[in-house]
Amino acid sequence: MSFDLPFIWACLIAFAVLAYAILDGFDLGVGILFPFSKSEHDRNVMMNSVAPVWDGNETWLVLGGGGLMAVFPLAYAVVFPALYAPLIAMLIGLVLRGVAFEFRWRTKRGQFLWDWAFSGGSIIAALSQGFAMGTLVQGIQISGRAYVGGWWDWLTPFSTFTALAVVVGYALLGATWLVMKTEGQLQDTALSQARNAAVATLVVVGLVSLWTPFLRPEYFERWFKFPTVIFSAIVPLLVAACAYGLFTGLRDRLDYRPFLSALGIFVLCFVGLGISFYPYIVPPSLSIWDAAAPDKSLRFLLVGMAIMMPLILIYTAYSYWVFRGKVNPEEGYH
Amino acid sequence: MLTDFTALGLARMQFAFTMSFHIVFPAFSIGLASYLAVLEGLWLWKKNPVYRDLFNFWKKIFAVAFGMGVVSGIVMSYQFGTNWSVFSDKAGPVIGPLMGYEVLTAFFLEAGFLGVMLFGEKRVGAGLHYLATVMVALGTLISATWILAVNSWMQTPAGYSINAKGQFVPEDWMAIIFNPSFPYRFVHMVLAAYLTTAFVVGGVAAWHLLRDNRSPAARKMFSMAMWMAVIVAPLQIAAGDIHGLNTLEHQPAKIAAMEGDYEPEKGSPLILFGIPDDQDEVTRYQISIPKLSALILTHSLDGEVKGLKSFPKDQRPPAQIIFYTFRLMVGIGFAMLAVGLWSSLRRWQGGALYQDRWLHRVALLMTPSGFVAVLAGWITTEVGRQPYTVYGLLTTAQSISPVAAPAVGASLMAFIIVYFFVYAAGIFYLLRLAKTTPDFASPDMINAPMMAAGTVPGPALAAGE
Ligand code: HDD
Ligand code: HEM
Ligand code: HEM
Repeated sequence: MSFDLPFIWACLIAFAVLAYAILDGFDLGVGILFPFSKSEHDRNVMMNSVAPVWDGNETWLVLGGGGLMAVFPLAYAVVFPALYAPLIAMLIGLVLRGVAFEFRWRTKRGQFLWDWAFSGGSIIAALSQGFAMGTLVQGIQISGRAYVGGWWDWLTPFSTFTALAVVVGYALLGATWLVMKTEGQLQDTALSQARNAAVATLVVVGLVSLWTPFLRPEYFERWFKFPTVIFSAIVPLLVAACAYGLFTGLRDRLDYRPFLSALGIFVLCFVGLGISFYPYIVPPSLSIWDAAAPDKSLRFLLVGMAIMMPLILIYTAYSYWVFRGKVNPEEGYH
Repeated sequence: MLTDFTALGLARMQFAFTMSFHIVFPAFSIGLASYLAVLEGLWLWKKNPVYRDLFNFWKKIFAVAFGMGVVSGIVMSYQFGTNWSVFSDKAGPVIGPLMGYEVLTAFFLEAGFLGVMLFGEKRVGAGLHYLATVMVALGTLISATWILAVNSWMQTPAGYSINAKGQFVPEDWMAIIFNPSFPYRFVHMVLAAYLTTAFVVGGVAAWHLLRDNRSPAARKMFSMAMWMAVIVAPLQIAAGDIHGLNTLEHQPAKIAAMEGDYEPEKGSPLILFGIPDDQDEVTRYQISIPKLSALILTHSLDGEVKGLKSFPKDQRPPAQIIFYTFRLMVGIGFAMLAVGLWSSLRRWQGGALYQDRWLHRVALLMTPSGFVAVLAGWITTEVGRQPYTVYGLLTTAQSISPVAAPAVGASLMAFIIVYFFVYAAGIFYLLRLAKTTPDFASPDMINAPMMAAGTVPGPALAAGE
């Protein structure tokens, strides 16, 4: 039996990107909500709720990006120059927010600066990721083995809208995460933020879904022709189910259900995106087979993936388990 | 060479700039993670509270340095795509999987256990906490292994073929990973990381000793650091010498440029100092020792050493830079050895190790020496590889993305501004942490119960030394 290695790898890269989006999504979301909480106590708790896990979350970004270079080098080589400005902005945003986790505890006088770096960096990173996603969905112009589009191709009404959509979506993940991890007044704030973000997320998700099929004829076919139309019908139903779980969870002040439902919405959106994309890795012209590295590269890294990924999932789950439950404001080694 | 403001020139500047910032932190955190594992192990084993205090003291410093290493590293892994896309397309099938393994075996390991190590003390038992510390240390070493395999493959490519699309295709993974320069580079770099850390620890200890030389924690650190110096510095000099011989075999033009040697000749002299001039192909104002270069490089007085003139002009690296950076690195190596020997002399004079204020002053002065040597060494290696990214096969000029100079220039400016702001603050906080007293350094909440045990009077401990 022969495996379709590029297809397996497309699934694995998609998994890494999804894992990144939901995991870093909630900690970027906490950063996005940071400016809305003014009290120092609340800010300390918000920060401490993600401090032990953010580095692991961000590692999925390195796996997605680095993995792309290993298994789809051509995609890596055309997408990254096409997304030059948003990617550089994202990196700078991640630098600013990443150092804030330690720096804000090291100074009283300058703490406000690092609070700004944390929220500003998170917002920049989320916006950039949204621009990148929108640009990819629209398609990237290539000729031969190189990007040939312009430097501002990433800036369009659609990509601007997806950028905002990502910020709103991350804010929802962040707010439901805080509902789960905090108590008292901070939790009340998070509950009302989560409610607003939930409404906003559903609206933007709906609009992006309606807009996407009209961007390219392939997408239209995909969504409105048999057999894929079955998915098109099921995905919105499942989103509605998650939305129900989300709102009832928030109404009943449940700890876990809102966060899990929000994750569900993210996963479904991602599946929708996958339906539009397949079999392209860079629409409209580069399929996963065009972009794949030689089989020897794919097979070598697949062995590592098969052995390491279960272990990684186990110890990542373990470290979340160690820090389960409500954040204790007295805790932290600072 | 780095002064032309073409997209290529700017992209090279950007790589050199961001890489130089990145390497400083891993070099420190590889060493410091191992040091923390040793400290916690000694604490669990001997129950001497001074180890615990030192562990908590350096843990905070580690957290700040590690965070800066992580964020600057993410920039590196995306920069291959944004600025060096042709290189990524061609070399990706070979080096991409190695970096993929780095993520899978090292980065997740570090990140997964870092949270437990920093925040989990009260939530997991002592044994599991120690396991986390060891895993973080192991992660940093695994990370260095893979990334050095990548870099070494670019220096001395092996185990590949080239396909119709112009891509490097892996043929033999063992040959790729254990390429000819990898073992040497790995040993030399890990020793460099340990030395760098030893001199930081020693410098911080010296600062505290100069203020109060009875501090048990400062004494302990100083003693440990000086042991490292006297053991590792000679190893590093030997490793560097062997590394150089390996480079002579595979990249003779690099060695000729490091030596400032233009003329190919038998029994060539060792040029100690001078000013290499690539234009006129001479090294001016030389001070040299006859035949020594031939002796070091070929282990024979009449051995023939190639000069830069043995290579076509467009295949030579620029000698001006690396002639100096190489001497700077070697000079620091011998200075480190000298400090190590000096400290051992004092140690054998019965306790004078903690009394000799001049030794402490010099150790304080040497605090940043490891960083300088690491940067000098890397600049030697990387500039000496020019004009290639994959040695002899793919030139730097061919590797660049189809980006326009203003885009690269703007992003370079953005990195310069943000890095200077962020890293200046980071270094300021690190120094401030280093200034806090290492004795009973843990007045925070978690450690409160343990602290009672740590409050043994200092002099009693010192007497027990
Ligand atoms: C604490 C740091 C440190 C110290 C004291 C030394 N080195 Fe070093 N050296 C490095 C840190 C380093 C490094 C950062 O690890 C490099 C850069 C890339 C590499 O492979 O190692 C390096 C590269 C490097 C190279 C270039 C190899 C190549 O490009 O292929 C040579 C020939 C030497 N070293 C030789 C020496 C000698 C003879 C030393 C004797 C004193 C010495 N180094 C001290
Ligand atoms: C181990 C991983 C490393 C890899 C894979 C790597 C790779 C590269 C690449 C692709 C370039 C751009 C092309 C070029 O100009 O040569 C480069 C340049 C450069 N790198 Fe590295 N590098 C690594 C480590 C380092 C480190 C640790 C330093 C520390 C200072 C460094 C310093 C430089 C410098 C100074 C240049 C510019 C050289 C020039 O353009 O003349 N590199 N390297
Ligand atoms: C072009 C070359 C390089 C790239 C692309 C790169 C990439 C990265 C990335 C993405 C991270 C963050 C990992 C995380 O998310 O936890 C990182 C951290 C790290 N890198 Fe690099 N790196 C390069 C060169 C080097 C070199 C030359 C060394 C040492 C020999 C090194 C050692 C480390 C270590 C030990 C860490 C952990 C963080 C720390 O210790 O500060 N890297 N690197």
